[in-house]
Amino acid sequence: MDISMIYYIVPSLIMFCCGIYGFVTRKNMIAMLISLELMLNAVDINFVVFNRYLFPGQLEGMFFTLFAIAIAAAETALAIAIIINLFRGSKNIDATEINKLKD
Amino acid sequence: MESVGSIIMYLVIALSIIVFSVLTVTTRKILRSATYLLFTLFATAALYFKLDYEFLGAVQIAVYAGGIVVLFVFSILLTSHPGHSSERLVSRRRVLGIIAAVATFIIAGYALLSRCTAMFASLPEMENPTMHKIGETLMGTGIGQYLLPFEAISVLLLACIIGGVAVARKR
Repeated sequence: MDISMIYYIVPSLIMFCCGIYGFVTRKNMIAMLISLELMLNAVDINFVVFNRYLFPGQLEGMFFTLFAIAIAAAETALAIAIIINLFRGSKNIDATEINKLKD
Repeated sequence: MESVGSIIMYLVIALSIIVFSVLTVTTRKILRSATYLLFTLFATAALYFKLDYEFLGAVQIAVYAGGIVVLFVFSILLTSHPGHSSERLVSRRRVLGIIAAVATFIIAGYALLSRCTAMFASLPEMENPTMHKIGETLMGTGIGQYLLPFEAISVLLLACIIGGVAVARKR
Protein backbone atom coordinates (compact mmCIF):
# COMPACT_ATOMS: atom_id res chain seq x y z
CA MET A 1 0.00 0.00 0.00
CA ASP A 2 1.08 3.55 -0.66
CA ILE A 3 1.01 5.94 2.26
CA SER A 4 -0.59 8.93 0.56
CA MET A 5 -1.34 12.38 1.90
CA ILE A 6 -4.74 11.60 3.40
CA TYR A 7 -3.21 9.06 5.79
CA TYR A 8 -1.35 11.91 7.48
CA ILE A 9 -4.11 14.51 7.24
CA VAL A 10 -6.75 12.39 9.00
CA PRO A 11 -4.82 11.94 12.32
CA SER A 12 -4.10 15.66 12.24
CA LEU A 13 -7.83 16.37 11.70
CA ILE A 14 -8.74 14.12 14.65
CA MET A 15 -6.16 15.96 16.77
CA PHE A 16 -7.71 19.31 15.80
CA CYS A 17 -11.22 18.08 16.70
CA CYS A 18 -9.92 16.86 20.08
CA GLY A 19 -8.51 20.34 20.63
CA ILE A 20 -11.89 21.93 19.85
CA TYR A 21 -13.70 19.52 22.20
CA GLY A 22 -11.24 20.21 25.00
CA PHE A 23 -11.36 23.97 24.49
CA VAL A 24 -15.16 24.02 24.75
CA THR A 25 -15.56 21.60 27.66
CA ARG A 26 -12.61 22.30 29.97
CA LYS A 27 -12.98 24.85 32.74
CA ASN A 28 -9.43 25.01 34.06
CA MET A 29 -7.52 27.68 32.12
CA ILE A 30 -4.32 25.61 31.82
CA ALA A 31 -6.33 22.70 30.39
CA MET A 32 -7.81 25.10 27.84
CA LEU A 33 -4.28 26.20 26.94
CA ILE A 34 -3.26 22.54 26.48
CA SER A 35 -6.17 22.07 24.05
CA LEU A 36 -5.01 25.17 22.18
CA GLU A 37 -1.54 23.62 21.84
CA LEU A 38 -3.14 20.51 20.33
CA MET A 39 -4.88 22.62 17.69
CA LEU A 40 -1.68 24.53 16.84
CA ASN A 41 0.20 21.25 16.54
CA ALA A 42 -2.39 19.81 14.14
CA VAL A 43 -2.03 22.86 11.90
CA ASP A 44 1.77 22.46 11.94
CA ILE A 45 1.41 18.84 10.78
CA ASN A 46 -0.77 20.01 7.89
CA PHE A 47 1.82 22.55 6.74
CA VAL A 48 4.60 19.96 6.76
CA VAL A 49 2.56 17.28 4.97
CA PHE A 50 1.38 19.63 2.22
CA ASN A 51 4.94 20.86 1.75
CA ARG A 52 6.31 17.32 1.54
CA TYR A 53 3.73 15.94 -0.89
CA LEU A 54 2.88 18.88 -3.15
CA PHE A 55 6.14 20.88 -3.26
CA PRO A 56 9.03 18.50 -2.46
CA GLY A 57 12.41 20.18 -2.40
CA GLN A 58 11.04 23.56 -1.36
CA LEU A 59 11.15 24.71 2.24
CA GLU A 60 8.19 27.12 2.62
CA GLY A 61 5.98 24.86 4.73
CA MET A 62 8.85 23.77 6.90
CA PHE A 63 9.86 27.35 7.69
CA PHE A 64 6.27 28.37 8.35
CA THR A 65 6.09 25.53 10.89
CA LEU A 66 9.38 26.62 12.42
CA PHE A 67 8.10 30.16 12.97
CA ALA A 68 4.73 28.87 14.18
CA ILE A 69 6.51 26.76 16.83
CA ALA A 70 8.46 29.82 18.02
CA ILE A 71 5.32 31.96 18.21
CA ALA A 72 3.45 29.17 20.06
CA ALA A 73 6.24 29.06 22.64
CA ALA A 74 6.07 32.84 23.16
CA GLU A 75 2.28 32.77 23.42
CA THR A 76 2.28 29.93 25.94
CA ALA A 77 4.87 31.62 28.15
CA LEU A 78 2.90 34.87 28.24
CA ALA A 79 -0.44 33.11 28.83
CA ILE A 80 1.01 31.14 31.73
CA ALA A 81 2.42 34.34 33.25
CA ILE A 82 -1.06 35.88 33.09
CA ILE A 83 -2.69 32.75 34.57
CA ILE A 84 -0.24 32.64 37.48
CA ASN A 85 -0.87 36.33 38.13
CA LEU A 86 -4.63 35.67 38.14
CA PHE A 87 -4.16 32.77 40.54
CA ARG A 88 -2.20 34.99 42.91
CA GLY A 89 -5.12 37.41 43.04
CA SER A 90 -8.10 35.09 43.35
CA LYS A 91 -6.70 31.61 44.23
CA ASN A 92 -8.72 30.16 41.37
CA ILE A 93 -8.18 29.62 37.65
CA ASP A 94 -11.65 28.43 36.69
CA ALA A 95 -12.61 30.16 33.45
CA THR A 96 -16.33 30.17 34.32
CA GLU A 97 -15.85 32.04 37.60
CA ILE A 98 -13.16 34.60 36.86
CA ASN A 99 -14.68 37.79 35.55
CA LYS A 100 -12.01 40.41 36.16
CA LEU A 101 -8.31 40.49 35.43
CA LYS A 102 -7.31 42.82 38.25
CA ASP A 103 -8.50 42.59 41.82
CA MET B 1 5.15 0.97 -2.84
CA GLU B 2 6.25 1.37 0.73
CA SER B 3 8.25 -1.18 2.68
CA VAL B 4 6.60 -3.13 5.50
CA GLY B 5 8.71 -1.41 8.16
CA SER B 6 7.63 1.99 6.91
CA ILE B 7 3.96 1.01 7.09
CA ILE B 8 4.36 -0.39 10.61
CA MET B 9 6.09 2.82 11.68
CA TYR B 10 3.31 4.88 10.14
CA LEU B 11 0.67 2.84 11.98
CA VAL B 12 2.42 3.27 15.33
CA ILE B 13 2.76 7.04 14.82
CA ALA B 14 -0.82 7.56 13.65
CA LEU B 15 -2.32 5.40 16.40
CA SER B 16 -0.32 7.14 19.11
CA ILE B 17 -1.29 10.58 17.78
CA ILE B 18 -4.99 9.67 17.81
CA VAL B 19 -5.04 7.82 21.14
CA PHE B 20 -2.94 10.31 23.08
CA SER B 21 -4.74 13.38 21.75
CA VAL B 22 -8.11 11.87 22.71
CA LEU B 23 -6.72 11.04 26.17
CA THR B 24 -5.33 14.59 26.52
CA VAL B 25 -8.79 16.13 26.38
CA THR B 26 -10.76 13.40 28.18
CA THR B 27 -8.64 12.57 31.23
CA ARG B 28 -9.79 14.07 34.52
CA LYS B 29 -6.45 14.84 36.18
CA ILE B 30 -4.75 17.90 34.72
CA LEU B 31 -1.19 16.65 35.29
CA ARG B 32 -2.00 13.49 33.30
CA SER B 33 -3.37 15.69 30.56
CA ALA B 34 0.00 17.46 30.31
CA THR B 35 1.80 14.10 30.19
CA TYR B 36 -0.41 12.86 27.35
CA LEU B 37 0.25 16.15 25.54
CA LEU B 38 3.96 15.36 25.82
CA PHE B 39 3.40 11.95 24.18
CA THR B 40 1.35 13.57 21.40
CA LEU B 41 4.17 16.02 20.72
CA PHE B 42 6.70 13.18 20.61
CA ALA B 43 4.54 11.32 18.09
CA THR B 44 4.36 14.51 16.00
CA ALA B 45 8.15 14.78 16.08
CA ALA B 46 8.38 11.15 14.93
CA LEU B 47 6.06 12.01 12.05
CA TYR B 48 8.37 14.88 11.03
CA PHE B 49 11.33 12.48 11.13
CA LYS B 50 9.40 10.02 8.98
CA LEU B 51 8.67 12.73 6.40
CA ASP B 52 12.45 13.45 6.13
CA TYR B 53 12.41 16.80 7.97
CA GLU B 54 15.01 15.93 10.63
CA PHE B 55 15.71 19.53 11.63
CA LEU B 56 12.03 20.22 12.22
CA GLY B 57 11.67 17.08 14.35
CA ALA B 58 14.62 18.13 16.48
CA VAL B 59 13.15 21.62 16.91
CA GLN B 60 9.79 20.10 17.84
CA ILE B 61 11.38 17.96 20.57
CA ALA B 62 13.61 20.76 21.87
CA VAL B 63 11.03 23.55 21.96
CA TYR B 64 7.76 21.75 22.63
CA ALA B 65 8.78 18.72 24.67
CA GLY B 66 11.70 20.46 26.34
CA GLY B 67 10.26 23.91 26.87
CA ILE B 68 6.52 24.18 26.71
CA VAL B 69 5.58 20.95 28.53
CA VAL B 70 7.97 21.78 31.39
CA LEU B 71 6.33 25.21 31.59
CA PHE B 72 2.91 23.53 31.72
CA VAL B 73 3.97 21.12 34.48
CA PHE B 74 5.44 23.93 36.58
CA SER B 75 2.38 26.12 36.22
CA ILE B 76 0.04 23.19 37.03
CA LEU B 77 2.00 22.47 40.20
CA LEU B 78 1.94 26.17 41.10
CA THR B 79 -1.81 26.59 40.62
CA SER B 80 -3.48 23.35 41.72
CA HIS B 81 -3.23 20.75 44.43
CA PRO B 82 -1.50 17.50 43.45
CA GLY B 83 -3.95 14.78 42.51
CA HIS B 84 -6.69 17.33 42.15
CA SER B 85 -9.11 16.29 39.41
CA SER B 86 -11.15 18.82 37.54
CA GLU B 87 -14.80 18.99 38.46
CA ARG B 88 -17.35 16.96 36.57
CA LEU B 89 -18.29 18.67 33.35
CA VAL B 90 -21.75 20.09 32.96
CA SER B 91 -23.55 17.87 30.45
CA ARG B 92 -24.72 20.76 28.29
CA ARG B 93 -21.14 21.89 27.65
CA ARG B 94 -20.03 18.35 26.87
CA VAL B 95 -22.80 18.06 24.25
CA LEU B 96 -21.79 21.46 22.88
CA GLY B 97 -18.17 20.34 22.63
CA ILE B 98 -19.05 17.08 20.87
CA ILE B 99 -21.28 18.96 18.41
CA ALA B 100 -18.52 21.48 17.62
CA ALA B 101 -15.88 18.76 17.17
CA VAL B 102 -18.07 16.51 15.00
CA ALA B 103 -19.21 19.45 12.85
CA THR B 104 -15.58 20.44 12.26
CA PHE B 105 -14.72 16.83 11.44
CA ILE B 106 -17.54 16.53 8.90
CA ILE B 107 -16.89 19.86 7.19
CA ALA B 108 -13.12 19.39 6.98
CA GLY B 109 -13.48 15.74 5.96
CA TYR B 110 -15.84 16.71 3.14
CA ALA B 111 -13.40 19.39 1.98
CA LEU B 112 -10.59 16.78 2.03
CA LEU B 113 -12.52 14.12 0.10
CA SER B 114 -13.70 16.57 -2.56
CA ARG B 115 -10.00 17.14 -3.44
CA CYS B 116 -9.30 13.43 -3.81
CA THR B 117 -6.86 13.55 -6.74
CA ALA B 118 -4.23 15.42 -4.73
CA MET B 119 -5.07 13.49 -1.56
CA PHE B 120 -4.17 10.07 -2.97
CA ALA B 121 -0.93 10.97 -4.73
CA SER B 122 2.01 8.84 -3.62
CA LEU B 123 5.06 10.22 -1.83
CA PRO B 124 7.36 12.06 -4.26
CA GLU B 125 11.12 11.64 -4.05
CA MET B 126 12.98 14.31 -2.11
CA GLU B 127 16.51 14.78 -0.83
CA ASN B 128 16.61 15.64 2.85
CA PRO B 129 17.17 19.39 3.27
CA THR B 130 20.78 19.69 4.38
CA MET B 131 21.80 21.89 7.31
CA HIS B 132 23.69 24.09 4.83
CA LYS B 133 20.55 24.72 2.79
CA ILE B 134 18.42 25.38 5.88
CA GLY B 135 20.97 27.86 7.19
CA GLU B 136 21.17 29.70 3.88
CA THR B 137 17.38 29.87 3.65
CA LEU B 138 17.11 31.16 7.20
CA MET B 139 19.82 33.81 6.87
CA GLY B 140 19.48 35.00 3.26
CA THR B 141 17.73 38.13 2.07
CA GLY B 142 16.76 36.95 -1.41
CA ILE B 143 13.46 35.58 -2.74
CA GLY B 144 12.29 32.63 -0.66
CA GLN B 145 14.74 33.38 2.15
CA TYR B 146 13.73 34.36 5.63
CA LEU B 147 16.05 36.82 7.38
CA LEU B 148 13.29 39.38 8.08
CA PRO B 149 10.85 36.96 9.80
CA PHE B 150 13.78 35.56 11.76
CA GLU B 151 14.62 39.00 13.14
CA ALA B 152 10.94 39.74 13.78
CA ILE B 153 10.67 36.51 15.79
CA SER B 154 13.70 37.47 17.87
CA VAL B 155 12.15 40.88 18.68
CA LEU B 156 8.85 39.11 19.51
CA LEU B 157 10.62 36.74 21.91
CA LEU B 158 12.36 39.68 23.61
CA ALA B 159 9.04 41.50 24.00
CA CYS B 160 7.50 38.29 25.35
CA ILE B 161 10.25 37.87 27.95
CA ILE B 162 9.85 41.47 29.14
CA GLY B 163 6.06 41.13 29.15
CA GLY B 164 6.21 37.87 31.10
CA VAL B 165 8.46 39.37 33.76
CA ALA B 166 6.33 42.53 33.98
CA VAL B 167 3.09 40.56 34.33
CA ALA B 168 4.26 37.91 36.78
CA ARG B 169 6.47 39.90 39.17
CA LYS B 170 5.36 40.49 42.74
CA ARG B 171 4.24 44.01 43.62
